[in-house]
Amino acid sequence: MRGIQLSFSNTQKLRLEKALAQLESLSSKLNSNATVIVADKIPVDEDAALKGHGTLEMGNDVVASVCGVVERVNKLVYVRPLRARYKPEIGDIIVGRVIEVAPKRWRLEINFSQDAVLMLSSMNLPDGIQRRRTAVDELNMRSIFVENDVICAEVRGFQHDGSLHLQARSQKYGKLERGKLLKIPPYLVKRRKQHFHHLDQYGVDLIFGCNGLIWVGEHVDVKDAMVEDQVNKSDPQNTHSSSLPGSSEEPTDTPLERRQYICRIANAITVFSALGFMVNLDSVMETVTLSLSLNLGVHEMLEAEFHVRVAEQEAERRSTSKRRK
Amino acid sequence: MEYVNPEGLRLDGRRPMEMRQLRTEIGVVSRADGSASFEMGNTKVIAAVYGPRSKVINRSASEMPNRTKVKKLVQNRSQQMNDQALVRCEYSMANFSTGDRRRKTKGDRRSTEISLVIRQTMEACILTHLMPRSQIDIYVQVLQADGGTRSACINAATLALADAGIPMRDLVTSCSAGYLNSTPLLDLNYLEDSAGGADVTVGILPKLDKVTLLQMDAKLPMDIFENVMQLAVEGCKAVESHIREILLENAQTLVIRQGYGS
Repeated sequence: MRGIQLSFSNTQKLRLEKALAQLESLSSKLNSNATVIVADKIPVDEDAALKGHGTLEMGNDVVASVCGVVERVNKLVYVRPLRARYKPEIGDIIVGRVIEVAPKRWRLEINFSQDAVLMLSSMNLPDGIQRRRTAVDELNMRSIFVENDVICAEVRGFQHDGSLHLQARSQKYGKLERGKLLKIPPYLVKRRKQHFHHLDQYGVDLIFGCNGLIWVGEHVDVKDAMVEDQVNKSDPQNTHSSSLPGSSEEPTDTPLERRQYICRIANAITVFSALGFMVNLDSVMETVTLSLSLNLGVHEMLEAEFHVRVAEQEAERRSTSKRRK
Repeated sequence: MEYVNPEGLRLDGRRPMEMRQLRTEIGVVSRADGSASFEMGNTKVIAAVYGPRSKVINRSASEMPNRTKVKKLVQNRSQQMNDQALVRCEYSMANFSTGDRRRKTKGDRRSTEISLVIRQTMEACILTHLMPRSQIDIYVQVLQADGGTRSACINAATLALADAGIPMRDLVTSCSAGYLNSTPLLDLNYLEDSAGGADVTVGILPKLDKVTLLQMDAKLPMDIFENVMQLAVEGCKAVESHIREILLENAQTLVIRQGYGS
């Protein structure tokens, strides 16, 4: 099994197999012939079908060029790959790591086939003022993000030359601190309305980056840009020095309990992705609750027993949601 | 030496047209984008694919041994390649893979040649124009060598590429065949390989019915060569059906796990 290198006892193995078999029986009603692999012929009814991603015309046939599931939308036929690197779409919320500070831009590693670019001009400076970016701003870029910082941004689009541009035009984007970064396969994160989650009961922020990078960190209050603007207007001299993230009045250390919650949530996501299940807020929260109800320590969540429990829980969850339909 | 005995059996007990047992596992390297291990009898190969990822501009000297020599060429190449992905391949043999343990240098002639062969074969089937400004790295390592490592490496690389979700025209499959004791033999093992007879390695695109690789390191009469090659092509098709089965099975488990549609 991909990603799981654990020693299961015999009973655990049986239970896991049973849970997975249950999952299989749930999805067997789907048309299983929609699954294709490379160079499989895709049956197309009319000649006028539009051939989308993952397809290829070969003679008179349409064949798949990746392993995946055939999707049809009206006349469009495309193959959704089952395992692939992240493919950006405009408006995606992503988490990335700065790898280079270049003139007027930062270069970010975002698990795509090329590095993404965040221009200085396409982000709100932390002091939140709208103005032209001057040479001074450019010199101060390192005081905003430096190499290896983890930041959160939105996909703005592709430039003419094919490079990917990002933007961070809101206070909710920006540098992420005091938390844990997780890397899971990007195909396990679905695009949703909401990717930022504030888990009130744990005091934790959870960001599901569409590119498979997930941030679990201490909750930060997003400051109102308007209020901040007024503060800056009253004190125009030190727009840069005082209100930079990180250097501003840093609260005291994260309490131990909150750190444990961060690790607990992170481990829940790790277990989920190791089993190859789709990761979303409900399932992660359910897993965290399960671990709390079992009175497990944070490290015990990565053991074989918990993997089996999570698989059983997922099977249960899917079967109940099926019954409800 | 007698490679086919009077009963028509080879040294390891196979018939002349019989392949060795194939065993495949997908997803063996957890950090790679795609990976697979492929066994043909006692030959065992592991392949890992990283990418498509951003092109590494400052390559270290060890990664590009001929860089200084062909510096100008490479520059031109990288300029041309900006609209498509660059495929790189590294073949290596584990020290413990052969009968006599020996320390081989990383960039010896044999491994450079096989790296090139695998790279060219894979480049022919990857749709590189869909991934501009990126590179795909294929790392292949031989864990056990018992003849036919070249074919095994190509098969493993195909599986790893398909696992990584890299768009391809077709699955390349490869198999070797030889000619000993006036008999065409399919899928030579180490003993037969080192017997000095002809060794024909063929790589095909099965659905397109095209040959992407053909190597032979001895002389054979025309008519016999055609027979031997035909045999190798048959072998490739057998490998293909095995690979497709494994890939489909893998795809279906992934669909179930992701709970797609439920």
